[in-house]
Amino acid sequence: MHSKQSVGYFDKPKNIKRLWIILYVICGLTLIPDFFTTRHTYFGIDGLIGFYALLGFVSCAVLILFSKLVGLILKVKENYYER
Amino acid sequence: MSANVPPSLFLLSGALLIPYLKGHIRNWYTIILPAVTFYIIWQLDIGTAWHLSFFDREIILLRVDKLSKVFGYIFTLNAFAAFVYAYYLKDPSQHIAAVTYMGSALGVVFAGDLISLYFFWEMMAIASTFLILARQTQKSLNAGMRYILVHISGGLCLLAGIMLHISQTGSIEFYAMNDRNWGTYLILIGFLVNAAAPPFSAWLPDAYPEATVTGGVILSAYTTKTAVYTLIRGFPAWEILIWIGCIMTIYGIIYALLENDMRRILAYSIINQVGFMITGIGIGTMMSLNGCVAHAFCHIIYKALLWMSAGSVLYMTGKSRCTDLGGLYKTMPRTLLFGIIGAMSISAFPGTSGFTSKSLIVEGALHEHLVWVWLVLEIASAGVFLHAGIKFPYFVFFAEDKGLRPGETNRTMRCAMGFMSFLCIFLGFYPQPLYALLPYPVHYQAYTLNHVVAQFQLLMFSALVFFLFLPLLKRTETISIDTDWLYRKGLSGFMGILGSLCTRIAHACDLIFIRTLPQSLNRVVKNPLTSLVTSYLKAVCKDRAVLDRFQFHQRLEAATFGPMGFPILLSLMLWLCLFCILMIWG
Repeated sequence: MHSKQSVGYFDKPKNIKRLWIILYVICGLTLIPDFFTTRHTYFGIDGLIGFYALLGFVSCAVLILFSKLVGLILKVKENYYER
Repeated sequence: MSANVPPSLFLLSGALLIPYLKGHIRNWYTIILPAVTFYIIWQLDIGTAWHLSFFDREIILLRVDKLSKVFGYIFTLNAFAAFVYAYYLKDPSQHIAAVTYMGSALGVVFAGDLISLYFFWEMMAIASTFLILARQTQKSLNAGMRYILVHISGGLCLLAGIMLHISQTGSIEFYAMNDRNWGTYLILIGFLVNAAAPPFSAWLPDAYPEATVTGGVILSAYTTKTAVYTLIRGFPAWEILIWIGCIMTIYGIIYALLENDMRRILAYSIINQVGFMITGIGIGTMMSLNGCVAHAFCHIIYKALLWMSAGSVLYMTGKSRCTDLGGLYKTMPRTLLFGIIGAMSISAFPGTSGFTSKSLIVEGALHEHLVWVWLVLEIASAGVFLHAGIKFPYFVFFAEDKGLRPGETNRTMRCAMGFMSFLCIFLGFYPQPLYALLPYPVHYQAYTLNHVVAQFQLLMFSALVFFLFLPLLKRTETISIDTDWLYRKGLSGFMGILGSLCTRIAHACDLIFIRTLPQSLNRVVKNPLTSLVTSYLKAVCKDRAVLDRFQFHQRLEAATFGPMGFPILLSLMLWLCLFCILMIWG
């Protein structure tokens, strides 16, 4: 057994900040090829620069907010069915 | 050497030996059994069939084509890995249930007719129930009972459909159904129950998370994927499946985002992934059907890997709620690594199997210019990464450290996870062997610059949203109400209302037919003249107190004929009738 007080990589705020920077940089990097290539489009809008980035961002934000909203009705205590 | 033995019968007869074996021999036996079955399937020639006469009908226990073979491969491959994972297990009953379950699933896949398909279908439901009951808790017992009841209902629906279909077509053969009638609709519903399509989906997240550690791994592969197989075989290009599939993809994500229990998250993500496959079946082109089969193949691998990784955490910590877990990366790094590979595969990261399989379905929608379907699939792809790709590993292995220091799981569990991880990455970089197994020729290249970039954009920005919205995703000690509410709470409420209604009716009957009516009738029959006069007086006299004071009833009884009154009255009336008849006819 390890010590309960062991400090891991993700316990240090400095590392978390570093990871945030890496995430932003990767997100930015994924956009770069769009400026140099032309995508075969099926519907017109799917050829826009950063279309898939926007799609991912917006759809995930909507999914989270929507699930939060329906959660107000659907979420119940764990012993709900045993009562 | 070639042996045209139905693989299902081989595996099922193999299960009979398990109770007589002990310890390591039994465990090795259960590992070797699916490996040999894999070989049997591999050496079966396309077009092979194995018939059996049954009440003037030809039962086809073995129909070999590319579709049945590819499902046979993945079912046995997964069985092999699952038994390596379950090597630690000392409970032979779980092994018997698992082998019977897998054998029945192979039975469905290789069945060429509807009767044997139905037989194996029900056998699968029964055997799988024991994997839930084997956990031996009150919750698993209840969940197991609900599970079997739902599957029996679905099975009866299927049976009714099969009977109607046979009576209409005169054939028991199982082939693509083109007619739209009650028979085919009922068969479709029967298949959709097992595919966990809403509103028949709640059984899956209700039952699977209550199964044993290995039970969860095994269950995740067979029931829903045999349903996918039967839908590919029986209902390709049925447009309704496109919409059912699309609903499933989003429904699975929403519920997985709400859930706290890691195995319930994975259960909902099965529904989400099966949604992709069902959409592919609905589109029904060669490309989308290929995609559907490829996705089922890869899904079984990475989903089993995810359940193995979650199972290892449950096995080591005894906990499965995200609110109880966290910080496990410190002591379970290898389980974390395998979990992340599974999570990346389900999210279709380039370089993993999900990328090379799911793309075929999405591309299939694009080719058919189904804009809305394509959009839903892309949104769902982003959502998968959200709930299964990040949420599961993040809350289990990272997030807030709960002070759990369990250590790694045993070696065989890690071996199984390593094997599945290898397959995820191998098929991600080199999908050609899988493409060669698919029912139709594949002319598709997943790795184009645009496709890889688009996928990276979609996934990385989904990750960004997850971490930006993290406060909104904080776990709570809750469960979510699903359609199982109807039979868990709604039905008992309905029974309560029905019960109270019946009690009221019984009370009213007691009052009218037992207490009031016989007494009144008795009084009338006993002394009709007195009753008539009393009723008349009661109607005429406004002041009831006067009647009571003078005790009219008793006085009248004494004054009239007494108990003899009625027979005399009756005699007089009969005499009068007789007299009238004589007068008329005479």
